[in-house]
Amino acid sequence: MRAKPMRTTILVAAACLLAAGLVWAGADAGMAVEGAAAVNAMTGAQSDMAWWMWPIILLGFCFILGIIAVLAGVGGGVLFVPLVSGFFPFHLDFVRGAGLLVALAGALAAGPGLLRRNLASLRLALPVALIASACAIVGAFMGLALPTNVVQLCLGGTIMFIAILLLTSKNVVRPHVEKQDAIGLALGMNGVYTEPSTGEVISWKTHRTLPGLLLFIVIGIMAGMFGLGAGWANVPVLNILMGAPLKVAVGTSKFLLSITDTSAAWVYLNQGCVIPLMAIPSIIGLMLGSFVGVRLLAVAKPKFIRYMVIGVLLFSGGRALMKGLGM
Amino acid sequence: MNTAKYDKTPKEQILYASMLFYGCWGGLALMAITYLIYVFGVMDPHVSMETVTEVWSKPVHEYLTVGSVPVGWGWSTLLNKGDFLNFLGIALLAGMTLVCYIPLVIAYLKKKDPLFAAIAVAEILVLAFAASGIVGGGAH
Repeated sequence: MRAKPMRTTILVAAACLLAAGLVWAGADAGMAVEGAAAVNAMTGAQSDMAWWMWPIILLGFCFILGIIAVLAGVGGGVLFVPLVSGFFPFHLDFVRGAGLLVALAGALAAGPGLLRRNLASLRLALPVALIASACAIVGAFMGLALPTNVVQLCLGGTIMFIAILLLTSKNVVRPHVEKQDAIGLALGMNGVYTEPSTGEVISWKTHRTLPGLLLFIVIGIMAGMFGLGAGWANVPVLNILMGAPLKVAVGTSKFLLSITDTSAAWVYLNQGCVIPLMAIPSIIGLMLGSFVGVRLLAVAKPKFIRYMVIGVLLFSGGRALMKGLGM
Repeated sequence: MNTAKYDKTPKEQILYASMLFYGCWGGLALMAITYLIYVFGVMDPHVSMETVTEVWSKPVHEYLTVGSVPVGWGWSTLLNKGDFLNFLGIALLAGMTLVCYIPLVIAYLKKKDPLFAAIAVAEILVLAFAASGIVGGGAH
C-alpha cells in the first residue's frame, strides 16, 4: 500500500535531480570551462607540459576512478567516458575507444572467477550476448558516423538516465519465478549456484525471456555507440525483468560485457580510435584501482560513495548535454 | 579440494574460464611490457609523441591523416614501431573471446546441443566480422 507513494516520491526526486543536474551543469558552464581549463593547464593540453606527464596523470586519475567505481558498484566505463570526455582534452572518438577497452579488460579479468563459481551462466549469457554483440557493431558504426555534437547530446541524456536508474532501480536478491516461459525453457536458461554466506544451493530459472532478449538490442546499440560498457542496463534486465537472482545477474552481466564490448572494441580499433599513449594507462590505472577498491569495500561507506557517483554522473551528463548543444 | 564447489559448473564453462584466465592476464602483461618499450623510447614510434598530443583533441580522421595511421589491420605491418607494438596486447585482449568460443562449439556438439552450438558459431561469425574490418569508413 505504501509502495506507490514511495515510488512516486523517488520518481519526483529523480526528476528534480535531473533538472538540477542540467541547471547545475548549464548555469555553471563558466565554472565547468574554468575547471576544464585548469585541468588543461595542469595536464598540458594547451600548455608546454611534457608528453610523459599524460600517462602518469591518466594512470592516477583512472586509479582513483577504479576505486570509486568498485565502491559505488558501477562499471569503470560508465565513469570513464563522461568524466574523461568532459574534463580532459581528448576527442570523444578516442575516449569511447579507450572506454570500451577499459570495460573489456575489467570484464575479461573478472570472467574466469565468475564462470568457475557459476555466478556467470553461459546458458544465460550466450543467447543474450549474440544479440547484444551484433547490435554493438551497429551502435559503434552509428556512433562513429554521427556528428560529434549529436553523440555528445545522446551521451549526456544516457548518462543522466543512468544516474536516475542507479537512484531508483530496486534490484531483487532472489526474484520469484513461478513458471519458466517457453523460450527460456527451450534455451535452457536455468542453473544452480552456491550462496557462500549460507552454503545454500540455489536453483534459478528465467521468465519474460522474449522482452528481455529484445531489450538487449537497445543495450547493444548503446554500448557500441557510447563505449560505456552496459552493466548498468544488463543487471536490471536480467534481474528485474527476466528473474535471474541478483548475484547471477551481476556476474553474468560482467561476463556479458567481455563479449559485447569485444565486438564494439574491434570496430573502434579498426577505425583508428585507439591511441595507446592514453588508452593503456587508463586500462591499467582502472584495473589497479579496482583491486584496491575491492579491499576498501570492507571499511568504506559505499552508500555515500554511491550517492556521490550519482551526483558526478548528473553533473558530467549535464555537461555532455551542454557540450552537445554547443553551450 | 576445491572441485566440490564447482561440481555443478558445466565442463565447457570451466574450459572457457581457464582459457580466458590465461589469455586475459597474458594480454595485460604483454600490454604493460610493450607500453614500457614505447614510452621509454626503446623502439621509435610511428607517430611522434608531440604529434599525438596535438591531434588527440581532434576527430579521428585528423589523427589518421596527420599521423599517416592505417585503419583496419594495417597496424600489423607497423609492429616494428613502438606505438603500434602496443596493439599486440590490445588485439590479444580483444581476440580472447573469439578464441574461447571455438571449443564451446565442439563441447556443445558433443553434448548433442545443436542450438547452443549454432549460437556459438553465430557469435564467432559476429566477432570475426567485427574484427575483420570489412565494413568501415564511417568515422567522421
